[in-house]
Amino acid sequence: MAGNNMRNGDVVLEIRGITKHFPGVLANDNVNLTLKKGEILALLGENGAGKSTLMNIVYGLYRADSGQVLLRNQEAHFASPREAIHSGIGMVHQHFQLIPVMSVAENVVLGEEVTSGAFLDRKEAVRHVRELSEQYKLRVDPDAIIEELPVGTQQRVEIIKALYRHAEILILDEPTAVLTPQEVDELFKIMRDLADRGVSIIFITHKLKEVLTIAHRIVVMRDGQVVGEATPAESTPESLAAMMVGREVLLRVQRGPAHPQDTVLDVIGLSALDDRHHHAVRDVSFSVRSGEVLGVAGVQGNGQTELVEVLTGLRHATAGRVIIHGEDLTNTSPRSVTSSGTGHVPEDRRRFGMVDNYTVAENLVLNSYYDLPFSVPPTARTLPVVMAGYIGIFLAFFAVLASIWGALWSSALWSLTLGLFGIQDVESASREAMNGPNMVELIVMLVMVLVIGYLAHRFTMWVLRRLQKAAGKPLRFGKKDRGLVLDHRQIDQHAVGLVEQFDIRTPDVDTHAGSLSGGNQQKMVVAREFGRKPRLLVAAQPTRGIDVGSIEFIHQQIIAQRDAGAAVLLVSAELDEIVALSDRIVVMYKGEIVATVDADKVTREQLGLLMAGASAEDVLGVRAA
Amino acid sequence: MSELSVAAAPPVKSFSFIVRLLRHAAVPILSVLTAVLIGAVIIALAGYDPVMAYVGLLDGAFGNTAGLTRTLVKMTPLVFSGLSVAFAFKGGLFNIGAQGQLVMGSVLSAWVGFAVAVDLGDPVLSTIVHVSLALLAGALGGLLWGAIPGILKAYTGAHEVITTIMFNYIATNFISWLLYAGSPAEGIPPGPFNDGNGVIARTPTIMPTAQLPVIYDPPGPQFLHLGLFLALITAILVGVLVSKLKFGFELRMVGLNPTAARYSGISVKRITIMTMVIAGALAGLAGAMQTLGVNYRYEPNQSLGLGFTAITVALLGGGDPLGVVLSAFLFGVMDAGSTRMQFNSGVPSEIIVVIQALILMFVAAEQMIRSLYRIKAEGDTGQRLSTGWGQR
Ligand SMILES: Nc1ncnc2c1ncn2[C@@H]1O[C@H](COP(=O)(O)OP(=O)(O)OP(=O)(O)O)[C@@H](O)[C@H]1O
Ligand SMILES: [Mg+2]
Repeated sequence: MAGNNMRNGDVVLEIRGITKHFPGVLANDNVNLTLKKGEILALLGENGAGKSTLMNIVYGLYRADSGQVLLRNQEAHFASPREAIHSGIGMVHQHFQLIPVMSVAENVVLGEEVTSGAFLDRKEAVRHVRELSEQYKLRVDPDAIIEELPVGTQQRVEIIKALYRHAEILILDEPTAVLTPQEVDELFKIMRDLADRGVSIIFITHKLKEVLTIAHRIVVMRDGQVVGEATPAESTPESLAAMMVGREVLLRVQRGPAHPQDTVLDVIGLSALDDRHHHAVRDVSFSVRSGEVLGVAGVQGNGQTELVEVLTGLRHATAGRVIIHGEDLTNTSPRSVTSSGTGHVPEDRRRFGMVDNYTVAENLVLNSYYDLPFSVPPTARTLPVVMAGYIGIFLAFFAVLASIWGALWSSALWSLTLGLFGIQDVESASREAMNGPNMVELIVMLVMVLVIGYLAHRFTMWVLRRLQKAAGKPLRFGKKDRGLVLDHRQIDQHAVGLVEQFDIRTPDVDTHAGSLSGGNQQKMVVAREFGRKPRLLVAAQPTRGIDVGSIEFIHQQIIAQRDAGAAVLLVSAELDEIVALSDRIVVMYKGEIVATVDADKVTREQLGLLMAGASAEDVLGVRAA
Repeated sequence: MSELSVAAAPPVKSFSFIVRLLRHAAVPILSVLTAVLIGAVIIALAGYDPVMAYVGLLDGAFGNTAGLTRTLVKMTPLVFSGLSVAFAFKGGLFNIGAQGQLVMGSVLSAWVGFAVAVDLGDPVLSTIVHVSLALLAGALGGLLWGAIPGILKAYTGAHEVITTIMFNYIATNFISWLLYAGSPAEGIPPGPFNDGNGVIARTPTIMPTAQLPVIYDPPGPQFLHLGLFLALITAILVGVLVSKLKFGFELRMVGLNPTAARYSGISVKRITIMTMVIAGALAGLAGAMQTLGVNYRYEPNQSLGLGFTAITVALLGGGDPLGVVLSAFLFGVMDAGSTRMQFNSGVPSEIIVVIQALILMFVAAEQMIRSLYRIKAEGDTGQRLSTGWGQR
């Protein structure tokens, strides 16, 4: 490897005994780490091992409970990323931090603007970006708007942003999770180039092959601790996986033959536009049967995202039909697709799949909250009865309490109460009320209202529950008549079960989902969709950002769903995943299905060619199905 | 940008209730204290004695039963309008239109009060029915005025900040026309709701049956009406709605992450409209409180700025019903005590407006910018203004 001599040199970053607690979690436990000049260090570890936390500490986002960060042998205390940046540390986060509506140049200089007077000097900014992009061979148009760029390019913008701030240490947190293989190759070229120029890189990933390709040194974390170090030369994917998880991992799932039954999903001549109104899906037809996995292979950005969105009701189809269980659900709503027994693991979990500020428990009922057992009576139709009950109870309690109280004090409020009930006229009552300034009475009255209201509620709920028990079924009139109140106890119980089953690493189910590690967020989404025992499962990039051990588990789950009779549509950018799980494979290229093949009759190489746009005749020697 | 990320990092759960409460209330409390301190400096710079001013303020607000009553009366409409803004925030909407909704509610409830006679024989029964009708009318007026921007937002994407501001103007001018006193000299007849006094723009007084029952009347001109209790009960209902009901779950999800809400099968359009409908009704009730409980008629100056103060109240209250009640109380204190402050210390009562503006600035500065431009902060948990505070 080029530039090796350089890497024997100085230690630029040293982490000594870093410990970090979050409520209920020990995220980093006495971590030690060194990084040399010009070195690419791969950081491996299970989901929730503490990789991102450690890097955020180095970057000044979090403060460690104890331990030190030494930068070029000097102790560094970064109170904020701004200080870290000024000391030459750059970080590209697991989730990008760019502002979608602003241009590349504006994003790059943001916070470090070149100004002329009080204004941003746009020309100067553009010039800077262009220079950097030429110098480091990071191709990007400075005037492009971020949201219109592919993720791979956005990544490059993030790197330029760091370099613009003169980063000598670059932290890349799962940079390859959302990139196409070509983009990964380009990123690696860039990383090697940077390393040769003396930039030190810490690189986090879950893809073991990448680690073996690019890293100079590998550090493995587990449960917040560093558990091992290795070099690519002495490692294999298996040895790394074992070091990460602490046991042997099956990198390839075991599965028996499929036993397909009836057709569950039928897609006929489907077309759709993307967000920029270009034709993204063109006249696509296929079907998925119960008990089989249909893999959709293709380089990202060839219409798979839009296809899945149309199938799940999130995007409008311009032509064609989507038939699920014989029911035409084209252009209906996400809710009707969900309630037809469809589970959907969305590709972009943070945009679609979860609400950061909702608890794990709430996220686990994100699309089943509206029905039993999570939403309970009163329903829209039983509500009037319940309200009448409330008011009745309320008045009764109020009368009783007021009489007791009135008898004890015989105060002005007593007359007022009488007045309100029509026993005495209001005017003389309020005249009496005027006489004594008695704030105590007013406050007592308010407290009474609260107490009685609460009691009335408890009582009514109790009656409802009794009625339901007596009837032996939920109180509802018609299928659409659903509960109005959330039963948080049920929601929590449900969550505890799934957290256990899918090994979601969280202190408890009331933790905000946004504070979970990236991979655990993904597991949460997968758990929700798999846990509903769907009849049709649409899984888009189900293992994105997930560690090898959990990938093994999720793959087993997909096969288990299949064997339990679900129809599975698997969309993945990982060819390995498609090949490992699918019974049949369709290849998408430029919005069209260019081939439909049986998984055991095609090689990876053939798939690769098809994905790159080669025609089915040429590759397979047969006409496309 | 990056240094914002600590603040936006996911909330750290705390096991102690007190710590959690303080964490929630720290920003609002500090904002108020800072504003009060700066207010003191301004008072001192203007050559008055700040201590005397503030003592006068507190004296006016709490000094005697009359003062406390004044505070509670001033607080009542602010609870409603503050809830209106806070509720809309929960659904991800910035309801600047509370003012317009409030005056529409006021006028409509006044109309039911003066134009609809309810006589059921028994005065108590008549009062109950008439007051209920007038309150409903108030809610309805605000509801309509809130629903239109809601529908515009849902179907055309027109930003609610813009449309609700516009609707404030429309409401103001529409009501000027309704209440126009007329000009006999030029032969212009008065507006349809004017009481025909020829000079002042105002409605006729409402009938006694439409007046909110007085529950406490200390010596002096002020008295406490039933509205305070309605306000507190409404605050509880709003709290239950937002945190316990299915609708609240949907509402908050739309506020926090509209795309996830769509994914989960929620009709974002429906929730958006419902949010504005309920927010509008709450603001309309605020207006009805003034008309039916205090003035017994609608005159334009009765609700000056109430709907705008509501934004500060909602922000200061962290979008949480209990917080809204507490901050409405604080604003009630400031309103009720300002006259006494001026009388005791000579400090112009306008200083209170300055302090209120300072509070708004301190509470909102950071989040406001972020929400209006929907910028995500780094380390972001996807929050917008509407849901940012109170959730930290
Ligand atoms: N802001 C936070 N608040 C509370 N807990 C947190 C927070 N950030 C991380 N954690 C917890 O700390 C642990 C380590 O998380 P971290 O994000 O560092 O994992 P990771 O190694 O990056 O995992 P992944 O591979 O899934 O991204 C997790 O258990 C997570 O739940
Ligand atoms: Mg991570």
